Amino acid sequence: MDFPFFLINNLSISFGGIKALQDISFTMNKGEIFSVIGPNGAGKTTLFNCISGLYKPNQGNIRFNGESIENKKPDAIARMGIARTFQNIELFSHMNTMENIMLGRHIHMKTGVFKGMLMWGRPSFAAQEEIQHRKKVEQIIDFLELQNVRDKFVGALPYGTQKLIELGRALALEPSLLLLDEPCAGMNSEEKQDMIFWIKDIQTDLGISILLIEHDMKMVMDISNRVLAINFGESITLGTPEEVQQNKEVLKAYIGEEE
Amino acid sequence: MDMKRDYYEDVQLFSSKVVIFWFAILIAVLYLFPLFVDNYYVYVANYIAINIIVVTGLNLLVGYTGQISLGHAGFFAIGAYGTVTLMAKASFPFLLALPCSALIAAGFGFLLGLPALRLEGPYLAIATLGFGLTITQIIGRMDIFGGREGLHAPDITIGSFVINTDKEFYFLLITLTIILLFFMRNLIKTRVGRAFIAIRDADIAAQTMGVNILYYKALAFAISAFYAGIAGGLYAFVLKFIEPEIFTLMMSIMFLAMVVVGGLGSMMGAIAGAILLCWLDLKLRNILDVPYIGDWLEHLSKSWFSITGVSNIQFIVFGSIMILIMLFEPLGLYGVWIRTKKYWRTWPF
Repeated sequence: MDFPFFLINNLSISFGGIKALQDISFTMNKGEIFSVIGPNGAGKTTLFNCISGLYKPNQGNIRFNGESIENKKPDAIARMGIARTFQNIELFSHMNTMENIMLGRHIHMKTGVFKGMLMWGRPSFAAQEEIQHRKKVEQIIDFLELQNVRDKFVGALPYGTQKLIELGRALALEPSLLLLDEPCAGMNSEEKQDMIFWIKDIQTDLGISILLIEHDMKMVMDISNRVLAINFGESITLGTPEEVQQNKEVLKAYIGEEE
Repeated sequence: MDMKRDYYEDVQLFSSKVVIFWFAILIAVLYLFPLFVDNYYVYVANYIAINIIVVTGLNLLVGYTGQISLGHAGFFAIGAYGTVTLMAKASFPFLLALPCSALIAAGFGFLLGLPALRLEGPYLAIATLGFGLTITQIIGRMDIFGGREGLHAPDITIGSFVINTDKEFYFLLITLTIILLFFMRNLIKTRVGRAFIAIRDADIAAQTMGVNILYYKALAFAISAFYAGIAGGLYAFVLKFIEPEIFTLMMSIMFLAMVVVGGLGSMMGAIAGAILLCWLDLKLRNILDVPYIGDWLEHLSKSWFSITGVSNIQFIVFGSIMILIMLFEPLGLYGVWIRTKKYWRTWPF
């Protein structure tokens, strides 16, 4: 059977009396960069939290590769191949960069309590697995040019670097769908430019589909294949960047109405 | 920049030959010192080693996973009663009874860990406190465990060896302690340990990276309870006699205090904390033996700090140490060690 890569159908969620999302529907194709835009409080991050299983939607479904995921737990969703980054950085501040990204390998590793405790010497299972996965992580560190902070604790690193480490951790999971929540927030224009290149590389070289939340319109218009605009939890329009840019409702939501 | 890295270096036990050398010396000292000292000091060493095992386990839970337990005396009691009962009533050999009872403790730990998914901080503290208090009440009511009368520990035989004295027991105990410490260190360095630390630092991110936090929180409780169970089983043979009154709330709090004083999330810190507080505890219990100020301390304790008239100056001292640690060095003894190291490395600047 032919089913869409990623599909959201009539998704709604409310907190008390506030309708955070109402009847959101869209389909994403494999290999696409799909952006979600909207003013502050529009429900973009709520949408991400529903997809990654942190919130349970009141109604509607989310299907990934044809399988319904709206009632799955976050860790089960991660195991299916959906990784994400956070708007407010959620790194493991007492680990170094290497170990943070190593946690992204969690689902690909097998060492449990007993094998871990019995890590005696290089030939042991746990040591071999560590070596093998650290090599994989090293490739990600090389890709994102994080070599100089490899062994530093992440808590004290600059904001932009922390955002990159979060991206690295998500890539280590080897997802087929990557959710990026404002990857460029708080970056200067040079860092933004680098981030745009990396996101394009992730799409073309690694073949990962990307669902993106971003406020920087120039960047959104530059890299997105399609854009969904939402406001007050409802979708305004969906289309190519040019179409969305021309849309009156979108302009109204962002700039306000002409007198 | 294409340097060949050996990733085993990141996880190996000893980073250099120098470390191996000093470690060998330490092991030699640990195994030889009972031959040169009084029996009392061997008893003290046994007491400390047992506390190190509990605190290492508790540190995994509190320091690394970020959960709290005020009920570890309960797991300690399960280990002690389990080992003695299995040996006396089911004639298990010691080396089988000990891990079996620790596994029972771990089972209880796993169950107690399940509500930890929803309970945090003070709520979890109350739940575990309830467990610790309840378990000794239940044990005290059951005839198979000797009820209020308590139980005598049988002799330990391993193969053809019979272990009677504190010194003989010491060699068994220190071997087990070293093995358990290595196990813990390896665990923390590998996948499961990383998941524990991830839950402590950012549980939401850990979940979305594929860590099942329900399972891992319960697992942290189980491993921690296993260590407490092993230590409890061994403690029964240091005391030679166990009764429910031994495993009090105060004991749970002391375990927690050792973790905090030593430094949360540091194995060396936990060991140092256990050594310091155990030593102070034993010293201050016989307050009149304290040189010069012993009499005065006892008077002070009885007239100002104690309702029952029993001297309790050690708890006042522990309380003060903890307040000072929290104020000046939140990383505990481990923090002091880091600062000293830094000072000497950069000396004379």
